[in-house]
Formats: sequence, structure tokens, C-alpha cells
Amino acid sequence: MHTPTSTRAAVGAVYKMPQEHYLNSTYGIRSWLLTTDHKRIALLYLLSVTFFFFVGGMFATIIRIHLMTPRGFLVTPETYNKLFTMHGVAMIFFFLIPSIPAVLGNFALPLMIGAKDLAFPKINLLSWYLYILGGCFVLYSFSTGGLDTGWTFYTPLSSVYSNSAVTPAVLGIFINGFSSILTGLNFVVTVHTMRAPGMTWFRLPLFVWAQYATSIIFILGTPVIAITLLLVGLERMFHLGFFNPALGGDPILFQHLFWFYSHPAVYIMILPAMGVISEIIPTFARKPIFGYSFIAGSSIAIAVIGFFVWAHHMFLTGESVYAALAFSFLSYLVAIPSAVKVFNWTSTLYKGSISWDTPMLYGLGFIGLFLIGGLTGLFLACLGLDIHIHDTYFVVAHFHYIMVGGAVMGYLGGIHFWWPKISGRLYPEYLARVSAIILFTGFNLTFFPQFLLGYLGMPRRYHSYPPEFQVLNVMSTAGASILALGYLLPMIYLVWSLKYGTVAGPNPWPATGLEWKTDSPPPTENFLVTPEVTWEPYDFETRPDLELDHIVAGKLPAPAHGDD
Amino acid sequence: MHRTGELYGQFETLEQQKESAALGMWVFLATEVLFFGGLFMTYTLNRHYYGTAFGVGSNTLDLKLGGVNTVILILSSLTMAMSVWASHIGKRKATTAFLVATLILGTAFLGVKVIEYKQKFDHHLVPGHHFQIDYRAQHPAANDDPKEIEAEKEELSKAFAKDPDLNAHAQLYFSLYFGMTGLHALHMIVGAGMLVWLIRQSIIGRFTPTYNTPVEMIGLYWHFVDIVWIYLFPLLYLIDRHQ
Amino acid sequence: MQAQFPLIPEQASNFAPAVDLLMLFIVVVCLFFAVAITAAVIYFFFKYERKHQTEIGVPIHGDMRLETAWIVVPLVLSMAMFAWGAVVYVDFRHSPGDTLDIYLVGKQWMWKVQQPNGLKEINEIHLPVDRDVRLIMASEDVIHDFSVPAFRVKMDVVPGHYNTMWFRPTKAGRYRLYCSQYCGTNHAIMTGWITVMEQGDYAAWLSGAAGAEGNPLVAGEKLFAERACITCHLSDGKGRAPSLNGLYDGKVLLADGRTVTADDAYIRESILQPNAKIVAGYQPLMPSFQGQLTEEQIIALTAYIKSLQNEPPPPTGVGTAPPSGKK
Repeated sequence: MHTPTSTRAAVGAVYKMPQEHYLNSTYGIRSWLLTTDHKRIALLYLLSVTFFFFVGGMFATIIRIHLMTPRGFLVTPETYNKLFTMHGVAMIFFFLIPSIPAVLGNFALPLMIGAKDLAFPKINLLSWYLYILGGCFVLYSFSTGGLDTGWTFYTPLSSVYSNSAVTPAVLGIFINGFSSILTGLNFVVTVHTMRAPGMTWFRLPLFVWAQYATSIIFILGTPVIAITLLLVGLERMFHLGFFNPALGGDPILFQHLFWFYSHPAVYIMILPAMGVISEIIPTFARKPIFGYSFIAGSSIAIAVIGFFVWAHHMFLTGESVYAALAFSFLSYLVAIPSAVKVFNWTSTLYKGSISWDTPMLYGLGFIGLFLIGGLTGLFLACLGLDIHIHDTYFVVAHFHYIMVGGAVMGYLGGIHFWWPKISGRLYPEYLARVSAIILFTGFNLTFFPQFLLGYLGMPRRYHSYPPEFQVLNVMSTAGASILALGYLLPMIYLVWSLKYGTVAGPNPWPATGLEWKTDSPPPTENFLVTPEVTWEPYDFETRPDLELDHIVAGKLPAPAHGDD
Repeated sequence: MHRTGELYGQFETLEQQKESAALGMWVFLATEVLFFGGLFMTYTLNRHYYGTAFGVGSNTLDLKLGGVNTVILILSSLTMAMSVWASHIGKRKATTAFLVATLILGTAFLGVKVIEYKQKFDHHLVPGHHFQIDYRAQHPAANDDPKEIEAEKEELSKAFAKDPDLNAHAQLYFSLYFGMTGLHALHMIVGAGMLVWLIRQSIIGRFTPTYNTPVEMIGLYWHFVDIVWIYLFPLLYLIDRHQ
Repeated sequence: MQAQFPLIPEQASNFAPAVDLLMLFIVVVCLFFAVAITAAVIYFFFKYERKHQTEIGVPIHGDMRLETAWIVVPLVLSMAMFAWGAVVYVDFRHSPGDTLDIYLVGKQWMWKVQQPNGLKEINEIHLPVDRDVRLIMASEDVIHDFSVPAFRVKMDVVPGHYNTMWFRPTKAGRYRLYCSQYCGTNHAIMTGWITVMEQGDYAAWLSGAAGAEGNPLVAGEKLFAERACITCHLSDGKGRAPSLNGLYDGKVLLADGRTVTADDAYIRESILQPNAKIVAGYQPLMPSFQGQLTEEQIIALTAYIKSLQNEPPPPTGVGTAPPSGKK
């Protein structure tokens, strides 16, 4: 079998860790808990989101084991309902939404634009503390009575009927919302005002465009869920009636307010991952991204159009037919920019010089899984089909393909891509590739059967189900065990690499971004001298500092610097 | 990042710093618009459904006190703007004086709000188990004007005829009243806290013509809170006032 | 069903073939793109694998024609999906004129069904084949969702709103119904069955059936609980209404001083016009069940009450007049 060449061997030189960098510049727990260095804050987030990933993952494990039999043998119905609710809340609000922005965005964004830090470093730290405080409230809710309303908190179940610890949970999510809002605010201002000289908007890396678009959603969407959940909490505490029909309120109003944020929230979860992929593919194909301005523009388009599709979650609530038509139409429109991205990424591979390094494997895995997840969105946007597949496992499979197959793979790809920069070390390459493949395989085995379950009619959030659905459920659980392995392995070898990994040097891949022009790990102030940017993004041709020279065999285009 | 003089370490120039602060505050205010927006949306829908109850609820609010508060807040925006101007031209004493005036006016606003809230509490108009829209009509206090009580009783009986569930719907009005004015008052309290900090910074001479960003930014915030009240006042106090 | 691995549920309504065809269309389009893109990615991955460690790829920045193509083509296909789906949906949301109307109330955690003639069912609906059926649905508590995969239909059941949906069963048989909106603890077992019958069988069932059980006694006991009779007529005599133990065929002392025999007619009158004869020592609290029970159900209740005649009556709280022949 042909052994693909890895990038790292090319460089040849043996590196030593820099003497002083952001990890060792100051010591002690206070220097971490009171840090305003965006890189350290990113690591604080890394630890906390990983913790919540474990929490949510533990719940998912119990759910999948329980669902191996139709009657559900493992837990009571009450417990099962709490498990899927808490799985959703932990994963969505405390893992997926912060993951790429607060870990990779915080770490890399200032470096990528040539800044010393974000615009408001202290607010950045405040964001982390708000996240922790919100997390504490939610963990308190989980451990004192749990939460059994579904992560969607539909009223009047959540505001009146549920006997679980709803109020601390909604308070926790409310507080966490401000963490997001402040991060978004920080990123927007940073991108506007802190770019290094020569870093024009259209020289920005696409990861920055993606973070910018995500931040728009953070800023405009999160306040609405904040006030909505606050109202639910008040309703519970003081028996108010906004969403309770018995007191003149309207449960559908809750759904409108809830989904006004929660639909754009899914774009919060995927846009950053798309941004990561837009960095990985040009880097490991060693050529510029195909259609840069289309990828940048599509991120903004998704953020904007994404605010106008929320009621596609409500096609069957009895909403007006005209509203349903409008929202279905807009939901199809929002799919187009995503399609544009997939086509552009694929075209970037054409005539590239492709290495099979782990980030690229995650990148390609993302394309495959996001393709399925995104395409199945077209099924759900279709009014006539949604009548049948709404609130079934089809929906569950769809969003897991995007959120896990897409966002988590993007996150892991980004972790691996920037690991040398973050830690100064390389992770073990072959083990990492195997792990990526295990994850991809396990994921598909877990979630593809769920599409079939959905069309056959199995509703979601069921603790027990008719026996004819058992075979597919067992398949799904079997896949989940493989998926779990795919998650555990990186945690182990990444930690291992901190001590035993090869020292990476400033630019092991090599990649063209500004972040790779400083040491690995970087000094606290990022750059010893403020960089000045004179090159276009993903330009491998005119970058002698990358020490590359061979053009791929094949027809050369007309002299560079021109678009086709 | 450490501060050297007026420049914070993450910035290259003072101008970049000022630009960032301004953009940051405007973006934050945008989030506040969306935050209040959910409440305004809920208010609009419920007022459309339950116009009668909302009219009755609105009529229990004291127009005089609300009007006075509106004037107080507008004045406080004036004094705030004056303090920004004074800081721009380097007049330290004037800056401090105008900030203090703003704080006093803001506190007065909150004081009036306390009086209003107490009134509501006395009249059983706080949402919850004791809420009763016609409590005052049924149990007038000794110093209540009998003609006023009569008029209220008549209004209520007409309203109940139109909307048998008036009590529940009026409770919705008051939930929104307390929710919206309460959230607004909370923002005022935060603003007052920031004013205290500003006053102290101004006294020790922190603000100069080249560095007065905090005054300006907090001024922006204060104006925003004022504008929210300008919307709240007619929406809550002025329904059906022509009758 | 032995070796079969079904991919779709049975097609048992007018909507089923329409929805399945729509599904097929979208599957084919999406499969085409999924396969094409995956094939391209895999092909490029292998064909352009890096050969030299310092080589770079051919710098191609973009192509407006391609960008236009892959915006326009997906847009056209999306609009086709939208339009087709919209047609099916609009049909679904507009009930036709002459429908068989069934009332449905969802509550935690059961479906209460009422047939047009007043006959009630729980978690079961009997329907005639080839007849347009309209469900008028409300919730007593939280949001539920009534769904029948074999019909390819579902609709939320929202408290404070009436939602309607329609369909036409096209094949006799028994089909599962589910609650499809998470509604609390027993959401997953808030399921049941739709029985679609030939039209003649349905008519016969509607007029003659005494419920799932053939035995009126059992049906009556069930009704006694379901209609909340049991909440007032406590057997220990401590309720708001007299205990019915030992009632049947006994003598009852009325508030106006008369004494009557508790025979079938008395029981029927008490159910339909409870204020006609108030038992001594009790308030006129009982609601009338006029129009809410079929004759069969009254017969079933009477049979049940009759079965209580040998139960020992409690020391207080009975309607039977002392001294009575039956103690």
C-alpha cells in the first residue's frame, strides 16, 4: 500500500521549545484564574467544555444502552426523560456553542489578524466566569431533581407541569447566554479595529470570516433566548401567565421566541466548524481556497438568512399556512450558501498536493457528514414531508449529522490543526489518523439507522418503543460504542503529546496564516514585532518563508495573481 | 495586558483604543435592543389580544408620577451629555458636577419608582396569588377620593362585562409592567453604579481631553436606558387615556 | 415480515403515496449530489496525493461560471422541492367539505376520542375506509402531537387552541398512533391504534358496540371510573354523593320525603336528570350526562351499579332509606 508522505518529514529540522512562551511566562493558579491572555482563556475553556462534553456524553451512553430493548430496561421513564433533556442542555449550551468560538476562536483569532490580544481581554475573562457560573447553576439543577422538559423547554410543560429543577437550569442558561454575547461582542470589535497593517478584510483568513458571522448571531440572537428563558423562570416562580393558556397566555408565543434564537444557534454551532475546514483544506492541499469571496460571503449569508427561518420548527403547530410557506421557502434559500461552500471545498482539492494528515482527514470527514446532514435538512424543510418526519428520529439523525458529524469533527480537526501552535508539540500522527477513521465509522453506524427509524415513524424522546424498531436501535447503540472510542483516543494521546510529542516548531504543516509566523507556543504578546501583511490568504506560491518550491505536476495556469 | 498611561496594552494606538470602545458599546447596545425586544414583542401581542384588560391596568398607573419620571430622565440625559462635553474640553470640576447631577436625577427616578411599586403592592396589583384587579375599588382607603372610586368601579364593571377573564388578563399586563419597568430599573441601578465609579475617576483627574472614553461610553449607555423609558412610558401609562 | 426489512410504513391513507413519492424525489436528488461529491472528494484525495514533500498545488482561485452553476442549479432543485412539498401541505391543511368529524382530546397521558354519535374511545379510533375524516383536537394540559405514520400525518395538539387535520384511510387494517410531542413522563406510552374498517362494519360498530370489552359489566365499571362517577359516589359513603353499595332494588329516601325504589328507570333518570330526585341529606351537585352517553353506555353503567347490590353498604352515606328490605 502506498504510504502517503506526511508534511512533517519535509521540514527535517529538529526544533526546541522556545524559552519563554504564554504557558510558562507566569506560574501559579492565580495567574491562570485571573489571566487576561486570550490564549490562556482559550485553554480554560478547553478544559471546561471538555468536562461538559463528558457530562453530556455520559447521558448519551446511558440513553443508547437503555434503548437496546423496546421496553427500556435500564432506567425509569422519569429518569430517561431527564437524561435526554440534560444531554441536550449540556451538549448544546455548554459544549457545542462555546466549543470552537471560545476555544479555537479565542486562541487563534488575535494571532490570525496580527493582534496582541482581543479588544477587551478582561471581558473575555468575564465571559469564561459567566460560563462557569451558568454551568454551576445547570449542574445544580442536574443534581437536585434533574431536568425533564426537553432542551426545548416547551410550555406549559416547562413553566407549569414539570416537577423538575427547571428554574435553576433556565437561570444557568440565561447567565451562560451573556458569556456568548460578550464573546461575540469581543470578536466583532476585534475584527473591526485590531487587524494588523495590511490585513484588509479580503485578506482575512476564512476562519475569521466565519467567527465574525457567528459573532453577529451571538449578538443579535442570544439576548432573545435570555429574556425568553427568564420569562419561563419568572412564570414558574410567580405563576405568571405569558405562556400558560389557563391564564390567558400562549404556548406558541414561547415557541416563536425560543426558536428565534435557537435556530440561528445551530448556525452558531456550524459556521465556526466550516471556518476550520476552510483553513484545513487549503493548508493540506497546499493551494488557495477555490472561491474565497464566495466562502466568505456565504458565511455572512447564512448568518443573515438564518434569522428568518425559525418557524420551520413549527410547521405543525397550527401556524398559518402562509407563514409555513414563507418559512419553508426561506429554509431552502439558507441551504444554498452551504451548498456553495461544499462545492468550493471540493474544488479546492482539484489539482492540489494533498497530504493525508489528521486535520485533513477530519476535514474530509466533515464534508461527507455535513453533506448528509445538510441534505437531510432539505427533507425537513419540505412541508409535505415534514408532516411525516417531524419529531421523529429522522430529525434526531439530521441534527446529529450536522452537530456531531459536522461541528464536532470540525472542532477536533481544528484542535489537531492548531495543536502544535497551542502546545508546541506534535500529536502522534498515525494513532490520530486511526482515531479519526474510528470516529467517522462509529458515527455513521450510530446515526444512519436513525434516518430509517424516523421514516418508519419512531417518534423522538421515547423511553420505550414498539418492538419492530428494535433492530435499528441495536445497530445504533453498537455504533455508539465505536464512536465513544473515537472520542476517547484523542483525549488520551493529546495529553500524552504534551510531554512526549515531538517539538513542532513554528510552522510544521506549513500553513500560510499569520499565526504560524510566530513561535509555537507563542509568547504572551503573540508577536515580538507587529506584523505587516502584504500577501493574499492561502498563497503558497509567493511565500519563500514556507520553503516550498515544487508545483504539482500538471498544467500550470497563466502567471499567478489572476483569477480565472 | 497592562496599561501604560492611557493606553491599554492590547492596543497599538489611543485611536484604536477609542474606536474599539465605541464600537464595543454600540454593539452592546444592539444586544440590549434585542433583549428588551422580546419583552416588547410579548407586550405588543398581549395588548392586541387583551386590549380591555390592558386599558384597565394602564389606568391604575399614576400619570403624574410617570410624567415626572420622564422629565427627570430626560434632564439626566442632558446632564450626562454636559458631563461628556465638559470632559472633552478638560473641565474636571464641571465633569464631576454634571456626573453627580446625573446620579442624583437617576436616584430620584428610582425613588419615584419605589413609590409607584409600593402603591401597586398596596392595591394588590402585584402578580401572584393575591392579585386582584378590583381590590382598590372594593376596599378604598380612607383618603381615596369617592368620585374616583366610583368612576373606577364603573370602568371595572364595563370591563368585566367585555372580558370575563379580566383578572387573569390584567395580571398579564402587570406581569409585563413589572417585568419591563423592573428590567429598566435594574439597568438604571447598574448605570448608577457606573456613575459612582465615573465620579471617583473624575475626581482623581483620570479624564483628559485625550482620554475621556469611559465618560462617553457610559453616557451612551445612559442615553440608551433613557430611550427605553421613552418607549415604556407611552406603552404602559398612556393606553386609553383619552377617556 | 420475516425476512423483510421495511424501509417505509404501510401506505394506508390518501397522503401516504403522495408523501412517499415526494420522499423518493428528494432522496434521488440528494443521493445524486451526495454520491457525486463524495466520489469527487475520494477521487481527488487519491489522485492528487502529495508526491514530493515540498510541492504545492496548482493555484486556482475560482471560476465565476462554476459558482453561478452551483448556485442556480441547487436553487432550481430546491424550489422544486419547496413547491411540491407546499402542494401536499396545503392540501393537508385544508380539510375538505364533507368530513366525518372526530373530536380528540389529548391529556397526560391518553387520547380521548369522541365519535360523531357521541361514542367515546380511549387510545383507539375506529374509522371507515375511503371516507374523509377530520380530527378536531384540543389538549387538556400540555402540548401533544397526534401522529399516524401509516397515514403520513401528524398535527400538534395545543392547549388553548383547536387544531384540525384531515386524511382519508384507504386500506382496512390496524395502524399505530403515537404522541409525537414530548409531554412528560409517559409520553412514550401515550400510543394506541387506529382500526380502519369497511364502511358497513364501521356503521355497525358505531351503533352497536359496547366498547372494546363485550361484557357490559366490565364496560360499565370502566365508564364509572372514566366519567368520574367514582369521585363523588365513594363506596365508603364519605363522598359528596351516596355510596351505591346495596342500592339496586332498595328503597331510597328523597329530600322531599318520598320513598322510591332504585330500579333501572330510577338509575337511568338519576344519570340523565339528576335533579329530578335528590336523595335526602345530599346537595343537588351531580351534573347531567344527557347527550354524553349512548344507550349502551347507560345500560353498561346500570349493569355495574346492579352488580353492587350485594356489596355491604357503609354505616353512613347511603341513599337507602332505613329501615330497608335489603341490608
